[in-house]
Formats: sequence, C-alpha cells, structure tokens
Amino acid sequence: MTTIINVPHSLEDKSFEQVLDQVAPLPLDEKIIVDTRHARWASPYGLTALLALAQSRAERPVLYVPEAENVSSYWSRMDFFKHAAELYELQGRVKSTKAAETSVLLEVTSISKSDDVHDVVDKIQQRAQEALVKNLNLDAKITMRFTMALSEVCQNIVEHAGRGGWVAVQTYTWRVRLGGRKVVVIAVADPGIGFRQSLESAPGFQRKDRWDDGQALEETVMRGASRFRDPGRGQGLAGVRRFVGNWDGKLSIRSGTARIAVLPKGDWDEDEPLVEDLSYFPGAQVQITIPERVT
Amino acid sequence: MLRKSVCELYSNLVTRPTGAAVRCEIEQELDRIGDRALTVIDFSHVGLLDFSCADEIVAKLLLQYVSIDAPRQEVYFVFRGISESHMDAIEAVLERHQLALVTQHADGESRLVGIVSVKERKAWEIISQLGSGVSADVADAIGLSPADAELMLDTLWRRRLVIRYDSAYVAVGSAAEPMRLDA
Repeated sequence: MTTIINVPHSLEDKSFEQVLDQVAPLPLDEKIIVDTRHARWASPYGLTALLALAQSRAERPVLYVPEAENVSSYWSRMDFFKHAAELYELQGRVKSTKAAETSVLLEVTSISKSDDVHDVVDKIQQRAQEALVKNLNLDAKITMRFTMALSEVCQNIVEHAGRGGWVAVQTYTWRVRLGGRKVVVIAVADPGIGFRQSLESAPGFQRKDRWDDGQALEETVMRGASRFRDPGRGQGLAGVRRFVGNWDGKLSIRSGTARIAVLPKGDWDEDEPLVEDLSYFPGAQVQITIPERVT
Repeated sequence: MLRKSVCELYSNLVTRPTGAAVRCEIEQELDRIGDRALTVIDFSHVGLLDFSCADEIVAKLLLQYVSIDAPRQEVYFVFRGISESHMDAIEAVLERHQLALVTQHADGESRLVGIVSVKERKAWEIISQLGSGVSADVADAIGLSPADAELMLDTLWRRRLVIRYDSAYVAVGSAAEPMRLDA
C-alpha cells in the first residue's frame, strides 16, 4: 500500500506538524509519496525536516517536486534536491539553477561527523557578518556568538543522534508577528535517537514517575542534563539559550512527541513554552530564530 | 616556560574532539618540560572558540593541574589574546567547573577570571600589586588572621593562581614577561 502525504503550501516548523500527523500512524515500511507539488514556500526547518523524514522511513519514499518553477529553483539553490535525490525517488521536473541565493547563509548541509561542523563554521563565517550586521542591523558582536550557537546545535547531531542529520541557515522576512521584520533562522534536523533515548542511555539512569519526551526536553534544555557523567557536558545548549536570550531570539526543539521553546522577551512570537502529545517523529529538530534589530 | 599558540593546530576551535586533540598536545608538551612550569596559552589567532572546545581546552586542562589530591605537575597558566567572544565560552566553562584562571591583556594588565570569592580576589590583587608578598601582607590588607591569610594563599596556590617561592608568593601573570620557573 502507498499513502500520499500532502505537504502544506507553506512549509515551516508549525505546518510540518500536518505532515507528521499523516506519517506517524503509518508503519515504517509502508511506501509514502510526499507531495510537495503545491508548495509555495519552505523554511530551512521545512527543508531539513523533509530530509530527516525520508531518513526515518524503512522504504525509500517518493517526492513529488514543487510545480512552481520559482519554488523548485529556490529549493535547488538551497541544495535540497542534491540531498533529496539520495533519499527520495524524485518525480517531476527539478528546476536547476546556478544563480546564487543572497538570503542563504548556509545551504542544506549534511552533518555526520566533527569535520562537518568545522566546514560549516568555516563556511558561514564568510557570509554571516554581512547578513547579520548589514541586513539585520545587529551589533557586530553577534557574528561570533551566532556561529558558536550554530556549532553547538550541529554538534548535538554528532554527539547524540547516532546518525547523520542536516543544517541550513537563511534570512527571510517573518510575517507571522513581526509585520515584515527580517529574521535569521538556523534549522537543524536529525532522525536519530532523540533527547529521551539519549538521556535513558546515561549510566545509572533511573526512570522518574513522569518520564516522557517533554520531561527529557526540560531536563536537557532547561537544566543542562546530559547522558554523559562528565560535568562539562550539557553546556552547549545552555550557551545557545543564553545566546537567544541576549538577542531577543527564540529557540525551539522538537523531539519525539514534544516541543520545547525558549521564547523571546519581546512579543514577536506567541508559541507555547512546552507542547506535548504531538505526532511522533524520531530524533531532534532544532530552530533558532534571531530577529532584525529595529532602531 | 612553555609558550603555546593554539592556532598552530586549528583556526576555529570548535567541537569536542578538536578541543581534546589540542589539550592532549599541550599536556604532552608539558610532560616533556619538567615538574614545574609557567605556560602561556595564546588565543590571539583563534577565530571562534565554542563551549565544547573551551570545556576541553581550558577547563579540562586546568583540572589536570589544580587537582587537590594529585595534580599532574606544578603548572601555572596565563591566557593571552582572549577576545570578548572567547570569554563567553571560557567564563561559562569556568563557572561550570568552579575554576578560575589569569588572563593577560595587550596593555600587560592581568585579570582573574572565573569563580573566586571576594577575599580570594582581594588577596590575589594585593600579591599582584606587590609583585611578591607573604601572608602577613595579605593579613594586614584585608584584616585576616595570619593563619587565615596563609590558608587563603595556600588555596590560591593550589588553584595555581599564585606561584609559591618558599614562604613568598607571586601572582600568576603579574610579571611583564613570564618567568622561568625551572631551576
């Protein structure tokens, strides 16, 4: 049996839940067709999560590519199809282009080992200064901190996921609450073991009365828990939390059936701090959003 | 004395394996130069230092030498070329491990960074200003008993923030140029 998964017109972290609601009930070995023909836009989160979705399936899925040429062209410039061709059976015409995409700080990039993190850091430093300082009007101090945060969230894949994942970084105009303010977004997605299973693998781990994906996210993100006994572990995400707090940004992490968010002090986002009972999706999907500074 | 420019190895110090590799190299060099050393770790040419790498290079390195029970050797560290973004990562790992270190800046001024009590900081500053001091100097300046002042300096020595010469102490980083400690 084959099931068609309809992808919403606008594919970002929230609307990706519609995809997961369709996929989660299906057996892993059931063939799926991921239908993006009517997609009009996808955030870095949407693109990286689509790749993680394919990795999570036992049976290689089919991807119907977007029909709109500008969308297909943009996904090409993000290097999405380059990676998707390895994971999906692509159907439809892929619009290829060699034009550079100025809003893209980092195309969709595979992360599976420490050297990949070095490559990402080297690559983004060349582009981050201009994008963050000139285009988003942020203080020059942010460039190094931004790259540190990117490095740490990528390392989570290498250290904890147990399999490879994806990262992408882009600036775009946030239309949900900011009335057209620009943002820079880091998206990292993997289909690995996720936060709960990672903590459960800690030596001497004891299950608490209430123990689920939401609890695991709270322990890790808010209290710096780690599967390692080494007290130096768990600092990366704590550093990322401080970074987003200092720049009025937002950090959200989805793992298993829950999503936790460190919310901005300003009112540009109305997310919930913790959302549970979502459709199951393996691994971890991280999004960091930093808004343009308005003077 | 060992001078080590960490950028000889990598320009961006990111990831835990990179940090561990750099630390191991520093430890091996320290093992070769004797039981007592003052080491300058220079970050001037390091672009990015992330939290994981700072934990490996700075915190785990210091932990080897400030162990109360069995320090690896009598090694003191001065950190140079620390930028504001390096400091974010370094302060975070020092706090996590309750450590402190001495940074030296372009103007020659040294600063104590990390977790120290108010009295420990005061004692370190007095020794630093004097160039060399004994427990009586600290006792007089901050109103401690001689025994408590000696205990305070002993604690700073164990934390490798002051160097002990017989009964006198020198603050790490207080000299314009690092001193040769080996006889």
